[in-house]
Amino acid sequence: MTVTDPSAHSTAADPGVAADRPEDADQWTAKVRAAAVGALPPQKLLPDRQPAYVASWIYVFGVTTISALIVVIGTGMLLAIMGPNWWHVSSTGLFVNSLHLWSVEIFFFAMVIHLWGKFFMAAWRGRRAATWITGVVTFLVSVGAAFTGYLSQQNFDSQWISTQAKDGINSTGVGAIFNVTNFGQMLMWHIVLLPLAVVVLVGIHVLLVRLRGVVTPFRARTVGDGPPGDDVTTTATGEVTA
Amino acid sequence: MSAAAAAHGAGSRRRFKPDRDADEWHGRYVPYDLVKEFLIALLVVILLVVGLAVVFASPDDKPVTIRSWSNASPVDFAQTAITELDGTSGTGSYGPPYNTNGTAQSIGFFAPAKWAGVHHPIDTANDFVLGPLATLPNDPQVGAAVSEYRAASPAQQAAWTAAYEKAVADATWQNGALKVPAGDYGPVGTIVSGLTSMARSGALDGALLSSRQFYGTDYTKPLLFIADGQYLASLADHQHLSGDQWGMMNETGNWPGQAWLWLYTLWYQVPPMKTSSNADLQVFSIMIILTIILALVPFIPGVRSIPRWTRLYRLIWRNHYREVERPPGTSGARSGAGPPKVPASV
Amino acid sequence: MPVLAMIGSLVGALVDLGGPGHYVHWGFIQISWGNLIVIGLMAIVFILAIALPFPHRGGDDQ
Repeated sequence: MTVTDPSAHSTAADPGVAADRPEDADQWTAKVRAAAVGALPPQKLLPDRQPAYVASWIYVFGVTTISALIVVIGTGMLLAIMGPNWWHVSSTGLFVNSLHLWSVEIFFFAMVIHLWGKFFMAAWRGRRAATWITGVVTFLVSVGAAFTGYLSQQNFDSQWISTQAKDGINSTGVGAIFNVTNFGQMLMWHIVLLPLAVVVLVGIHVLLVRLRGVVTPFRARTVGDGPPGDDVTTTATGEVTA
Repeated sequence: MSAAAAAHGAGSRRRFKPDRDADEWHGRYVPYDLVKEFLIALLVVILLVVGLAVVFASPDDKPVTIRSWSNASPVDFAQTAITELDGTSGTGSYGPPYNTNGTAQSIGFFAPAKWAGVHHPIDTANDFVLGPLATLPNDPQVGAAVSEYRAASPAQQAAWTAAYEKAVADATWQNGALKVPAGDYGPVGTIVSGLTSMARSGALDGALLSSRQFYGTDYTKPLLFIADGQYLASLADHQHLSGDQWGMMNETGNWPGQAWLWLYTLWYQVPPMKTSSNADLQVFSIMIILTIILALVPFIPGVRSIPRWTRLYRLIWRNHYREVERPPGTSGARSGAGPPKVPASV
Repeated sequence: MPVLAMIGSLVGALVDLGGPGHYVHWGFIQISWGNLIVIGLMAIVFILAIALPFPHRGGDDQ
């Protein structure tokens, strides 16, 4: 590797540095990079160690959800290559559609277990509420993505689901712009807008997890304490006052 | 600094709330290979997906066309056609976003569909019946009937269609033709028979596509027409897909469906939504509120305490608690997130 | 793609789920066996994920 890439050596030397040369310090680019690297240095972005309490199978369901999402998108892309009509007339197409359907089932399967796990760990504690909220929104948008998938199938299912769902959507007024019986519109939402939204949301969610770290356990019971975690006042310096 | 993250940087004293705040970790870190974990998860998911796809495949029930419907159930088609002509069908009397012939769902003053207005205008008499018939080139009899109907006064039209709608309830299908008891229907009998023939030939499917252009991707009109009949609903009912069968979360055959819609479909099964004409708006409102609550769990006292009360976390982090709750003096006890351990660093 | 074509043509579905649906009725609750199995599996996997010991315990100290 030659040393012609200035960003390489600057980041390595000092991750928080604003610019390669002092005169560039006012550059927006340099400021954005400094802020990004400052907030999430490589060691924090992709850590090789976790706190000792991160030792349970419940922790694997987030990454399982992302894995399933990758398979969902991959199989969706295979379907896109040959177009929406393909899987109705080709056994290969039907097989790829089956892959797509089952990856969606696993995606939701893992996502819901992830949600249950994070709920029972109260993983929003310690300034992690935004992580929780982006997770809930991701779930919501994913339901929409799956729903528009059902509408894009061009089969009996799509006909029935769209003509039933229209009443719900119409009752909210959203039917004015989101017409579930318009196949072209639903296909666009299913293969462009909603997958993009899910991927962006998952990206933000994961960055927030890395930024804040994995939530620590509730305080342990120690001799002389009341119920776990209750009635203990601390200060910013950590002294225990009651 | 070791204190509550909520008090982080503030320097001020702030009461530590166990369901809102978390300690920072000053205990042990252990190697954890995220990339390896991800790749193993990906491999497991791929194997599972391929296995499930090979074993169970996926459903693909053929769509209903107006042609298949009118051939399988021509009487139902004719009974639906007359309601499209006189505007009493589901679509004809729907209201916004299709037309102004019905009342939008509302909860008190809250009527978002009414506020949004008509965006996909559908006049069932012209769009579903008279318009398509006018595209038939070589049927002077039907053409004359359409002209006669159009020329008649609204009162006359209503008299004809009301009489026909009553009679067609007893219609039968014999020798490839609709048999309706005789009566004073004016041109309406010819119109409905003509539309039924057109439907059975397949020509109506094409004529109903919303766009009058070569390419079309909007199936609103044919879908709404089909959904106004009994045929589609009876097929769905047979497949356990109706609203009152929790159909929203079901799939054709024995495949799992959108199980994640269980809560949404639950509300349709219980009063007052079960019988309300505003059920859709009520259920949607409930779900929007519940979703907001789910998103705001971290801020809702009581709800956010459920994890601490259920104590499932003791199981999840059992090794951690075993370690930090070891009696003092036992080897191996290390300070973790436990509170009264040392102030640590600042 | 050729691999997919091969698999696709060899196995449509080993188990045909296309027959008449099977449903559980319990009071006002109706649920398909397919969904019930999926939800049941979710509960089981959740319990197992919490109950089963996680392998890489006891790494070295920092």
